[in-house]
Amino acid sequence: MLGKHAKLERTAIGFAIGIIIVASIGGLIEIAPLFTIDETVEEDPDMRVYTPLELAGRNIYIREGCYACHSQMIRTLQDEVERYGPYSLAVESQYDHPMLWGSKRTGPDLARLGGKYSDQWHVAHLLDPRSLVPQSVMPAYRWLARNDLDVSDMPLHLSAQKKVGVPYTDDMIANADEDAFGQANPDSEAADGFFERYGFEANARYFDGDRRKLTEMDALVAYLQSIGTLSEAASKNNEITKTIPDEGGAE
Amino acid sequence: MISQLTKTERETALFLTALLTLSGLTLGLLGRNDLLGYHGALLAVAGMSLTFLLIKDYYKPEPDPDNRAKYYDDPIKVGLVLALVWAVIGMIVGDWVAWLLVFPEATFDAGWASFGRLRPVHTSGVIFGFGGNALIATSFHVMQRTSRARLADNISPWVVVVGFNLFCLMAATGYLMGITASKEYAEPEWYADIFLTIIWVVYLVLYLRTLARREEPHIYVANWYYLSFVIVVAMLHILNNLAIPISLGHAKSYSLFSGVQDAMIQWWYGHNAVAFFLTTGFLGMMYYYLPKRAGRPIFSYRLSIISFWGIVFLYMWAGSHHLHYTALPHWVQTLGMTFSIMLLVPSWASAGNALLTLNGAWGKVRDDATLRFMMVAAVFYGLSTFEGSFMAIRPVNSLSHYTDWTVGHVHSGALGWVAMITFGSIYTLTPWIWRKERMYSNKLIELHFWLALVGTMIYVFAMWNSGIIQGLMWRAYNTDGTLAYSFIDSVAAMKPYYVARAIGGLMFLAGAIVCAYNVWKTAKLPTVTEYTPDKPPLPARGRPSAAAQAAE
Repeated sequence: MLGKHAKLERTAIGFAIGIIIVASIGGLIEIAPLFTIDETVEEDPDMRVYTPLELAGRNIYIREGCYACHSQMIRTLQDEVERYGPYSLAVESQYDHPMLWGSKRTGPDLARLGGKYSDQWHVAHLLDPRSLVPQSVMPAYRWLARNDLDVSDMPLHLSAQKKVGVPYTDDMIANADEDAFGQANPDSEAADGFFERYGFEANARYFDGDRRKLTEMDALVAYLQSIGTLSEAASKNNEITKTIPDEGGAE
Repeated sequence: MISQLTKTERETALFLTALLTLSGLTLGLLGRNDLLGYHGALLAVAGMSLTFLLIKDYYKPEPDPDNRAKYYDDPIKVGLVLALVWAVIGMIVGDWVAWLLVFPEATFDAGWASFGRLRPVHTSGVIFGFGGNALIATSFHVMQRTSRARLADNISPWVVVVGFNLFCLMAATGYLMGITASKEYAEPEWYADIFLTIIWVVYLVLYLRTLARREEPHIYVANWYYLSFVIVVAMLHILNNLAIPISLGHAKSYSLFSGVQDAMIQWWYGHNAVAFFLTTGFLGMMYYYLPKRAGRPIFSYRLSIISFWGIVFLYMWAGSHHLHYTALPHWVQTLGMTFSIMLLVPSWASAGNALLTLNGAWGKVRDDATLRFMMVAAVFYGLSTFEGSFMAIRPVNSLSHYTDWTVGHVHSGALGWVAMITFGSIYTLTPWIWRKERMYSNKLIELHFWLALVGTMIYVFAMWNSGIIQGLMWRAYNTDGTLAYSFIDSVAAMKPYYVARAIGGLMFLAGAIVCAYNVWKTAKLPTVTEYTPDKPPLPARGRPSAAAQAAE
């Protein structure tokens, strides 16, 4: 064994190839099956996609690094389910390129944030977190209300999303900029097209409360209100697990 | 520096800087309506400045051909200085964001100054800026000395050093502007990722070519570790960053992967960035500088083989322990946990090998702060790998995950192991390559040692406390079966620990500044002409030495 290794030590290329082979095994065995085993991701035929405005808001969430302090992944632990809601399923983030599961909770988990608070609460909280939660250590995001939202590139965004596998239709892609505007201006003509493409139950509101302009605040609040609402699989799953009698298992 | 290049090399360098300028201009033109334009401009300005520097010295006399028989240390010096510059920047930002959690209003109402944008500046600044530059610089040193051969050429080391730092600069400035792919420790966007891939290939080729010139039959252990760092980081970087940009004129891209697959690939990357950037590279450093400084051979060759292949094999399985109890399939979590525990064997084999090497040199450890840095680093390496395996156990992870305990764990590794072994190596290497008798001040090394050690202890203890308290508060129940604390209760409870952490970090930062000052002053000491602590490169077989050529 040592003799063989002494031989290997004499060739840099051999050593390099050895490293590549030995280092590849773990990843191959753990990652490749996740793409091939069907049970990895649950099926939800009713799952919807992010609207253009929500996607723009999600990009702001990414830009500001919100994921550094907020997770979007409720673990299968009792206290987490009681604190945040039904535990997260893989299907819920199947359109999340990239996923935002997070790794740290300096602030609370946000996987079930959508619909939990009003738009006004979110706007007030983002402008001045400590006005609502005195002990909060979250930064204020006042510039979001000042910055106009640029929607002109939204067709490009949706088109790239389609390329990586999110089922946007050509119609959605072509009208993405109009739809982003329409969702934040429910009384406008653009809103009709938005409802047509994304369904009448879709949220269209003056998210930031300001009817005059479309801001980054509109987009971010629209996104925050959408988190956890793309699929109902988790809450349905929660109902099922509730009906299973307790077997006394600790996990 | 440029005067050390021959005419042909100066021409090649000019071609490359022109190419850099051109790429920058193209990127700037494509991205003129997007933030991408700024990075195009950054590359173009860098390319033009370098071109100007080259032209300025273009007609200087060519170097003495005899120099080519010596080691090439100029890129090492630049890499070391840049490592210290990034260390100071990265740690200032790190301590600043630590204070932001105490004083959250200190963001000047500006996006660039908020926690979420500054945090990656800290992480990339210290991991890639400080760690990366230190690894590149020391690897150039180690590959030459252990091969007893000069770097394979005089241009590619500069491509690696300059290119890598431009990547770091794009990363840091990008975060401030809001350019981020959001993958932790892999935040830079597609164009910066492609740029780094090119630089990395040049690095690997340079490494292999230099090793090919070696006159020692065996490749020394330290090189195995550096090689695994270069190779595996390339594999991780390429797979995790696969993405489709929304257009060639935009910085924004969307990851090729989503949801659970994306999470697994991200933490396969994330955990192995810890393994192959922050562990194997620095083990390479340890395997060279620690025995050199102690004046003793490595304790066990056999142990170093076992630990090397153990680490390369086992680490790649461990990433999924970042995803316990999540929507990741249970079988992958279990594999991740199992391999994380097995990982303790090669980790402790390395740490033990280092500490046993010091057997018989404990008197030196007592008297020499430089060697003490390396000894403490080995101890922290052993402690944090134990802690890591422990935290990877699923029920332990249920408490520790998402809390400050993780942050404490990372910093016990990053401050205690990575930074300490680097500082020890820097203090060993600096007088060596600048040809000085010794460091400018041993007292300052001693001061730095204690600042670093005490700072690390305060930091880690603060985060252990806050992390465990958080975890316990989140899962605490009242007797009536309701949750005992609201989330904000746990936030409020963190305050004293956040203050303590920021103070510990400040001490560590102060130590890094002391180090930078000491290195600066050392470089200004009178040069010792006949000072040769290392054996000279061997004249290569079939390759007439420069001295022989001159004699003809």
